[in-house]
Amino acid sequence: MSLWFSIFLLIVLIAIPLIGASIPGFPLLLGVIIPYAAIAIFLVGFVMRIIGWAKSPVPFRIPTTSGQEKSLDWIKYAKYDNPHTFWGVVVRMALEIFFFRSLFRNTKAELRGQKIVYGSNKYLWAAGLAFHYSFLVIFIRHFKYFVEPIPGFVSLIQFFDGFFQVGLPILYLTDALIVAALGFLLLRRLLDSRLRHLSHAADWFPLLLILGIASTGILMRYFIKIDVVSAKELGTGLLSFSPVVPIGVNPLFYIHLFLVCTLIAMFPFSKLMHLGGIFLSPTRNLANNNRAVRHVNPWNYDVKVHTYEEYEDEFRDVMKAADMPLDKE
Amino acid sequence: MSSSAEVKFKPEEIARIDYSPPSEHWTDPQIDFEAKRGNWCYSGVHKSLKYLDLPVPKTKFAPNDQDWGLPENWKEIILEGLRKRLDRFRSLKVFMDICVRCGACADKCHFFIGSGDPKNMPVMRAELLRSIYRKEYTTAGKIMGKMVGARDLTIDVLKEWYYYFYQCTECRRCSVFCPYGIDTAEITMLVRELLAEVGMSIDWIVTPVANSFRTGNHLGIQPHGVKDSLEFAADDFEEITGIKIDVPINKKGAEVLFIAPSADYFAEPHYYTLLGYFALFHEIGLDYTWSTYASEGGNFGLFHSHDMIKRLNAKTYAEAKRLGVKWILGGECGHMWRVYHQYMSTMQDEPSFLEVPKSPITGTVFDHARATKMVHLAEFTADLIRHGKIKLDPSRNDHWTPTYHDSCNPARAMGLLEEPRYILQNVCNNFVEMPENTIRENTFCCGSGAGLGTDENMEMRLRGGMPRGSAVRYVQENNDANILLCMCAIDKATLPALCDFWAPGVEVGGVHEMVGNALIMTGEPERKTDLRGQPLKGKEEVENE
Ligand code: HEM
Ligand code: SF4
Ligand code: SF4
Repeated sequence: MSLWFSIFLLIVLIAIPLIGASIPGFPLLLGVIIPYAAIAIFLVGFVMRIIGWAKSPVPFRIPTTSGQEKSLDWIKYAKYDNPHTFWGVVVRMALEIFFFRSLFRNTKAELRGQKIVYGSNKYLWAAGLAFHYSFLVIFIRHFKYFVEPIPGFVSLIQFFDGFFQVGLPILYLTDALIVAALGFLLLRRLLDSRLRHLSHAADWFPLLLILGIASTGILMRYFIKIDVVSAKELGTGLLSFSPVVPIGVNPLFYIHLFLVCTLIAMFPFSKLMHLGGIFLSPTRNLANNNRAVRHVNPWNYDVKVHTYEEYEDEFRDVMKAADMPLDKE
Repeated sequence: MSSSAEVKFKPEEIARIDYSPPSEHWTDPQIDFEAKRGNWCYSGVHKSLKYLDLPVPKTKFAPNDQDWGLPENWKEIILEGLRKRLDRFRSLKVFMDICVRCGACADKCHFFIGSGDPKNMPVMRAELLRSIYRKEYTTAGKIMGKMVGARDLTIDVLKEWYYYFYQCTECRRCSVFCPYGIDTAEITMLVRELLAEVGMSIDWIVTPVANSFRTGNHLGIQPHGVKDSLEFAADDFEEITGIKIDVPINKKGAEVLFIAPSADYFAEPHYYTLLGYFALFHEIGLDYTWSTYASEGGNFGLFHSHDMIKRLNAKTYAEAKRLGVKWILGGECGHMWRVYHQYMSTMQDEPSFLEVPKSPITGTVFDHARATKMVHLAEFTADLIRHGKIKLDPSRNDHWTPTYHDSCNPARAMGLLEEPRYILQNVCNNFVEMPENTIRENTFCCGSGAGLGTDENMEMRLRGGMPRGSAVRYVQENNDANILLCMCAIDKATLPALCDFWAPGVEVGGVHEMVGNALIMTGEPERKTDLRGQPLKGKEEVENE
């Protein structure tokens, strides 16, 4: 149900620019007003979300320890899976962010008779990495539509991405990868009954939307050629705050752009905010040095305790009878 | 306990698990408590709630009753409580927002593996709260409802929380595998706090908490009872080893305050670990004391609320100060160490009256405990062995082929993994490890922690214990393992039933029990039995003479 809902939503989002592209005034809306609005929503929303999180304090230091702690000198400790120092935490976080360290641990539990066996299960990790890195590379490659001259690192990435020199225009590796990875992530959600059970629109929709963006992009590059010069004019115009509205660009381009704007605008309000949240996760971004360095809780308050005096008052007689030391006779 | 488990349940029946989720949408909270007997725990008795000044339900209820005696304004209380906690805990806020439902945590939970109930997947457990959060705090949730996994807060939702958040042992295994470190244990802790605010809590938590608050230990044993138990054990110890020992209790001016879970002196097989402590402390001549006021290391408050952790934990430093000790040593317990390691120094004022712990025997300064001034006994003993300060005869444990169960809290909220292994390698000859996906940071819970080690939920305990049981069975069949060692009082209390069920014939014991067996004590007569009174290998004939 939520899958159908997401598909329907995507179709509507495609239909709007498809129909709209030929209506006068719409290109201005699609090419200039909506992109600016989306970016504005993104920036404000993103900052507000981060502030929202940061406003709540971290009362306790509760890292999840995934290896030996630092204790006795002669015991080797897991510097990055159970960091004791700031730099250990930095490495742990970097491993999470760049290599999805925790996901790499993934296993699959299976029941065989009355026994449970565990197999390695790295597909999600591999597809996840492939998707995210492809996305990143494609994102960087798009700089060429916004700035002139094209920065060196963008050309470099583009060169490596097209390294295999197959097809004409040359096939970018990441274009194939991102579609394959998204396909895997979608199929996985669809075919694994547990994942299907727990997925809702907020899970289907981003995958479909990004797949929509990637497909329209690929269509434009390899199959239905569009007027790239006009597209670049729009891009550079937007970035330099002197937008020009191109005329006669293929509606496909507007569809692509509109879907991208949707992604940008919904980003702060969706699970995609894991981009920011991963940095703030208290089980990962703190050192496990609780016994060595005191962590302060800003809202620590007093609670009712049972003092020794109260205890001795209640039990003085039996303690005396048992010949136990007393503070007050 | 174990025998009743065997009569009612059969491994082959429990192990017939259907992992395919039902076709109904999960947002429906209905639970048939009557049909689910064996999976939930009884609610807290009013006497204990009152003693602790906690909200008391309007009626006495069992979970299978219709009316749970909620206050009129229960909804306000819950929503206000949730808002307050979102403002206080960044962890909660972030965890509510960033889960991508990738499912990596799904089959990491022992309760899901053992039951196949989809709401026991950690991600779904969290969704039970997240769905309410969405409805109340997100625009999409308000407008699109079920489509985006949002739903209304109803009494049935609260009952569902009660059911599933008391089917989580706060073991943090899911958190190890989550790409964002989402810690369902943290969510469980906070939902339990919310439930307690409207009078919903379980008895095997609030009564031990009330007992600990009043008498210092969770069984409610009064000071003279603690003394009797310890002295009785000392006599027993003399009978077994031929060595007479002193048991200092509430002794002012001792160098070290020793705190262990109270089960160590009241329950089996914990008791043999206690004898192990005795042997070690006597042999090295440690100037230490037990305390009756702080006679419980195991902090049951951890299973109730952050306030309750603090209320019970306060005794540790208060007693250390009153007795004038220099530092604190802690025995074999799991959740006790979660509190001592991750919460104590934050919750309490700085213990400036204590010194940085230093082993009087080896001179080692435990610098990693310089703030809390509290050292784990395994660290202390490993250091003794490393410096060759104790004489050990590992062949005295030759009748055992031990394997080691890492308890959840020391493993995933501390990282105490090598010390116990180092000790075991020095005190036993036959130590074997269980499969690597079931030990160290990947360790599986006993399925009965966090207040769930009671009788009425035995079915769920056996289910939750299945992954651990299966791993024990594996080393039993392949390596002839015959004892499962652990450093946790709850494990020692609950693993015997589990082993009887999943790996019959495997006993349960503690690390310092093995130390006590192997320790060669000055002036001791020849040791013929272990601390359980069982004949040592090669000394069996002695029994028959
Ligand atoms: C610091 C940057 C980021 C990190 C460390 C990160 C990490 C992750 C990880 C570990 C997962 C779970 C595994 C998976 O499904 O691949 C995930 C899922 C996902 N990420 Fe990211 N991510 C980042 C940024 C982004 C961005 C910028 C986007 C897109 C605009 C994005 C989109 C997604 C989506 C759609 C999923 C869900 C995949 C599914 O439903 O199966 N991520 N991310
Ligand atoms: S592993 Fe983490 S992100 Fe993935 S479903 Fe579980 S809690 Fe959510
Ligand atoms: S903390 Fe443990 S019991 Fe709770 S959901 Fe996670 S894996 Fe399951």
